[in-house]
Amino acid sequence: MELPKGRARRGSRSLPYVLLSPGMLWLVIFFLVPMATLAALSLQTGDYEQGFTLTWNWHIYSEMWTRYGHHFIRSFSYAFVATVAALVIAYPLAYAIAFKAGRWKNLLLVLVIAPFFTSFLVRTLAWQAILADNGWVTSTLRSLHFPMQDGRLLNTSFAVICGLTYNFLPFMVLPLYASLERIDPRVVEAASDLYARPITAFRRVTFPLSLPGVVAGTLLTFIPAAGDYVNATFLGSPQDQMVGNVVDKQFLVSNDYPIASALSMTMLVAILILVSLYIRRAGTEEIV
Amino acid sequence: MTPTAGAPAGDLRLVELTKDFGSAVAVDCLSLTIPAGSFFALLGPSGCGKTTTLRMVAGLEEPTSGRIYLGDDDVTDRKAYKRPVNTVFQNYALFPHLNVFDNIAFGLRRRGVKDVKAQVDRMLDVVELQGFGVRRPSQLSGGQQQRIALARALINTPQVLLLDEPLGALDLKLRRQMQLELKRIQTDVGLTFVHVTHDQEEAMTMADTIAVMNNGKIEQLGSPVDLYENPSTVFVANFLGQSNLVAAQIVGTQGADLLLDVQGRKLTMPAARNCATGDSVYVGVRPEKVRLVPAGASVDLPGHNVLDGVVIDASYTGVTTQYVVRMAWGQDLMVIAANVGNEVRLTAGANAHLVWDASDTFGLEATGDIAEGIETIDEAGS
Repeated sequence: MELPKGRARRGSRSLPYVLLSPGMLWLVIFFLVPMATLAALSLQTGDYEQGFTLTWNWHIYSEMWTRYGHHFIRSFSYAFVATVAALVIAYPLAYAIAFKAGRWKNLLLVLVIAPFFTSFLVRTLAWQAILADNGWVTSTLRSLHFPMQDGRLLNTSFAVICGLTYNFLPFMVLPLYASLERIDPRVVEAASDLYARPITAFRRVTFPLSLPGVVAGTLLTFIPAAGDYVNATFLGSPQDQMVGNVVDKQFLVSNDYPIASALSMTMLVAILILVSLYIRRAGTEEIV
Repeated sequence: MTPTAGAPAGDLRLVELTKDFGSAVAVDCLSLTIPAGSFFALLGPSGCGKTTTLRMVAGLEEPTSGRIYLGDDDVTDRKAYKRPVNTVFQNYALFPHLNVFDNIAFGLRRRGVKDVKAQVDRMLDVVELQGFGVRRPSQLSGGQQQRIALARALINTPQVLLLDEPLGALDLKLRRQMQLELKRIQTDVGLTFVHVTHDQEEAMTMADTIAVMNNGKIEQLGSPVDLYENPSTVFVANFLGQSNLVAAQIVGTQGADLLLDVQGRKLTMPAARNCATGDSVYVGVRPEKVRLVPAGASVDLPGHNVLDGVVIDASYTGVTTQYVVRMAWGQDLMVIAANVGNEVRLTAGANAHLVWDASDTFGLEATGDIAEGIETIDEAGS
């Protein structure tokens, strides 16, 4: 179909900007301005009562690292383990929904999304009750001599990682499902026709074709998991505190805004670097 | 057992092969022998079971009952990846994440062949795509993708190569070119090709033997010439080319001919060309065998059949003129006249005689719909 020439030309000049402007405006006001404020705040000195002034105090970043470096390492380790666990759980699930579920497909997808109908906080609190020291899960595992930290589940790093895995699992399942579902079954049949056993067909064809979903799913899990503090708050001990917990405490309890801002900025930059390295490594642009 | 390349090929035999999908029977007790080294076409409309048959041979679909033999081997229960059979899929099904070279080498590598370069390069030569090895399938045109799909299957020198509507996605000109190319490659490599298509012209151009399928069964099997000249069922007469079919009664015999009555008019037909068992027959003649003679001209030729009608449409198509002629009893018959230059051109409304050699007349069993097999819409794919 061809549009009248003059009209298409006139439209194409200004139209994209008109369409972009609400979104751009929103981002400037609610993303760029707070971000710049936060960055500036990290370089200010003073206190909550007297107010803060910009003194370009770069020293705060090294101070922050000395005090809270291990929190960063813990945040990223927990997020990494939770992402790997979520991938291991989600891949077979997404595969089954995409290829084997038949008429149950839609129901299963609704079930994957169902947890979103309750709030994140409520679900995490529910896990607190489930994993409680005197709960039946803990007592059953204890009687089976399941190896546990100090004989308990709640307030352990294990519980925090389980919570992170559970909470971000749908973000892993959905992109995996979307990319698996898009695979033309005839391509897999072609592999089988060309002497590939089922396991080889999976390794050589299905899995490579699902890589965009793997990349999207791991990012959508890792990024929020690294910044999360709810799971560590409710399911972990003081030894399991993540960066998010420290930011929370510095902003709302200690009122030390500069160090909280420095923590936030460092977290942001660290995730940005990790993610860009990962995307470059995964080479998603190669995959159609 | 692993398939061995270049193993002595045997005939492909299907014995009472049946496939149900729930209550629907896709393939109905089909028995068929496809000789080694032949170019065989399974021709039929969408949903006739031809693709299901092909998929069962490939091992991608499990038969409900019946056996499949390759030479003396019963391969019915063998997995697809263990059969010495390769497929060119309808939409090619090239691996989008691999380049052309790796696509073609896929089968060899799965069978543990380490040094594939020479063979892949030779295959690229065969399909005339030298230097395309590093491209991605998405960077190729439809015709090029089709040839890569062919190369990817051929490189394994399967005992049987299955082609599932391989030219369906190509435009007419490219399709013609690829038909000739496929035929050439088949003659060169000497493998058994089983080609599934709904395009009768494509089947006739390429195949040595055609099996016309309808409702999960084979209607008729034979060479293209045999099928066209001697259709044995109404479906074949209508599906393969066009036919003029009229209901008639056998009223007597005269030497080697049968005497027929069509709405009070007398026709004759060689007894040998009658496939009907009773006295009721559908009598037929191909439209290009019929001559259209203006009313009033002498048509009293011995050994010819004559019917009278009124021309209701004449369409000039260049090589031929196609006439639609209405009979007194309301049926429309078709006449295709070659435009050789000296004929009288008739226009709509003219009275005319339809004249044809009695030996071009054939008789079919008069059961079922006289229009069975006429395609009302142009179907693409299955």
